[in-house]
Amino acid sequence: MSLILFIEQMLNGVQFGVMLFLMAAGLTLIFGVMGLINLAHGSLYMIGAFAAAWVAGMSGSFVLALIASLAAAAAAGALIELMVIRRLYDRDHLDQVLATFALILIFSEGTRWLFGSFPLFLEIPPYLSGPVTLPGGIEYPLYRLAIIGVGLLVAAGLFALIARTRIGIQIRAGEADREMIAALGVNISALYTIVFALGAALAGLAGALIGAIQSVQVGMGEPVLILAFVVIVIGGIGSIKGALVGAILVGLTDTLGRVLLPAVFAQFMAPQAASSVGSSLASMSIYILMAGVLVMRPSGLFGKA
Amino acid sequence: MIKGDDDMNLKTLAMAGALGIAACAAQAEVKVGMITTLSGGGAGLGIDVRDGFMLAIEQSGRSDIEVIIEDDQRKPDIAVQLADKMIQSDKVDVMTGIIWSNLAMAVVPGAVAQGKFYLSPNAGPSALAGKGCNKNYFNVAWQNDNLHEAAGAYATDETFLNAFIMAPNYPAGQDALTGFKRYFDGNIAGEVYTQLGQTDYAAEIAQIRDSVADHVFFFLPGGMGISFLKQYADSGVDKPLIGPAFSFDQGILQAVGDAALGVKNTSQWNKDIDNPANAAFVASFQEKYGRLPSLYASQGFDTANLLISAVETADVNDPDAFRAALEAANFDSTRGDFAFGNNHHPIQNIYVREVIKEGDVYTNKIVGTALTNHADAYAPECKM
Repeated sequence: MSLILFIEQMLNGVQFGVMLFLMAAGLTLIFGVMGLINLAHGSLYMIGAFAAAWVAGMSGSFVLALIASLAAAAAAGALIELMVIRRLYDRDHLDQVLATFALILIFSEGTRWLFGSFPLFLEIPPYLSGPVTLPGGIEYPLYRLAIIGVGLLVAAGLFALIARTRIGIQIRAGEADREMIAALGVNISALYTIVFALGAALAGLAGALIGAIQSVQVGMGEPVLILAFVVIVIGGIGSIKGALVGAILVGLTDTLGRVLLPAVFAQFMAPQAASSVGSSLASMSIYILMAGVLVMRPSGLFGKA
Repeated sequence: MIKGDDDMNLKTLAMAGALGIAACAAQAEVKVGMITTLSGGGAGLGIDVRDGFMLAIEQSGRSDIEVIIEDDQRKPDIAVQLADKMIQSDKVDVMTGIIWSNLAMAVVPGAVAQGKFYLSPNAGPSALAGKGCNKNYFNVAWQNDNLHEAAGAYATDETFLNAFIMAPNYPAGQDALTGFKRYFDGNIAGEVYTQLGQTDYAAEIAQIRDSVADHVFFFLPGGMGISFLKQYADSGVDKPLIGPAFSFDQGILQAVGDAALGVKNTSQWNKDIDNPANAAFVASFQEKYGRLPSLYASQGFDTANLLISAVETADVNDPDAFRAALEAANFDSTRGDFAFGNNHHPIQNIYVREVIKEGDVYTNKIVGTALTNHADAYAPECKM
């Protein structure tokens, strides 16, 4: 494999990782601060994508579509926090999994009822479409670079929010000891709603950004949700830094595994068998990575022991 | 038992003779059990098959065909439960509807073993076409390999020399690449299996760019195909794409948009096949459902018309006569001439289509014929 191809694949891995980070950041915040397993996070991703596709179809503006995705997912997030999730904080994880799984079904069939069973159209805006030539002669789609940029901006924004703002202090305090900060006069239920809506908005943004290069359809969120859970387990539950590192690690492992493993097997096997075996092993690679990390550090890379 | 059947035949014959066409109405009611995918990912296919099927039943005006429709949610275990229920408590005579090959493999062998007829409107796994064929199993769509074989034949006709081929890593994906290679005479420059349900193809597109291939064959049904086409169009790689119709059906083309324009794909049906049955089907489907039919809808429509043609000439309680009526395939197919091979799979033309834009709607037009009167590769292994 040439160096240029290798660098291009690295970029692909980073881009995939950054997209996973947008999903995982909300998931890890919600899990870390509230101790809640939210399976419906993938539905919020889907809501973001559908809102963006709908608004882009009506207005023709991609920027408006992104804003709509943030707003729709945040609103849906706040709504389910107030109506359903709020009753689950004191329950055990099995109840949470059951209730949020029910939410997946409700959102999926509700979306089908509203938009039908056929995928929606959402396209890359003209000013971001097509490839650009990077130094070294690598042709790379501009839109994927934009996703990397947006993801890194969001990561920086989240770090600043957690580290430097009053609400960030409250979030960190809530993670450490929720009774104590409630006793100190912080409105803990409002804080939870805000954190939930923030996580939902990030998932919605991811859905809209990815919807433009993938298929906007019912059920699009669940495959990503599984990967996002792998990311937060690797990174350490509750850690934004862990989510970022974990997401990039998973993105690189998945992409490079898909490319390199079949090539490795092709050294000593027939092409068809090598491709089939390599691809099967590649789909396991991130779970092997997760198992490896958990053996070395049972609470994840940046998790609190 | 034999006496009873004879009596029934005699009675039917006598009535047919005496009353002519009115004999149809006097025959026993036919119960049809349709198991198809109506929710979750891939529901669009099941909905199209159902709508096409029910349109034909409605147009026939027959009140003696009762259709029970159930949703399998694309899950084999649920499909098996539904099949048991339909056979044991609903006492259906004929089953149909399954979209996915893995579900068909879970349901069909058991159903035909219990003496039910199964008419497949979509799935055509090789296991049911060769040694595992059954006298009560009819496939009205295609054997799974057919459209891929046609893509290989088309690539050979176009004198492409080096192919980059790609499919998901599951049985139908492996069959797809095997089918393509069976009819492609050039070299394989790259062969990649992707993950089932994969949505990001950046890594594969980079490999395509880097390879010496002069064209790309891909089989990525449903959402996978939408993702790949959009990403491929944005990547600036301009090697021609060839695929089976599954990534270019009427349901998903609107979601792909301009990215699909000009792409060649192979199909046994298109809305511009010139025959009266097809023209009437396209017009009435559009009128009833407000959208253009897909190939899946045409398959559902043909399946129902095959069933109706058999019900018109034979009693479903006489399996041998009913089977002979099905084998005759005496109905006006949307594909024009329609005939079954020895393994009850279609012998048919497979066309090359190109994605075009008609007004605001993306659709296909036929630009050539890839394979004429094509039978599947497994037919010789079938002994029934």
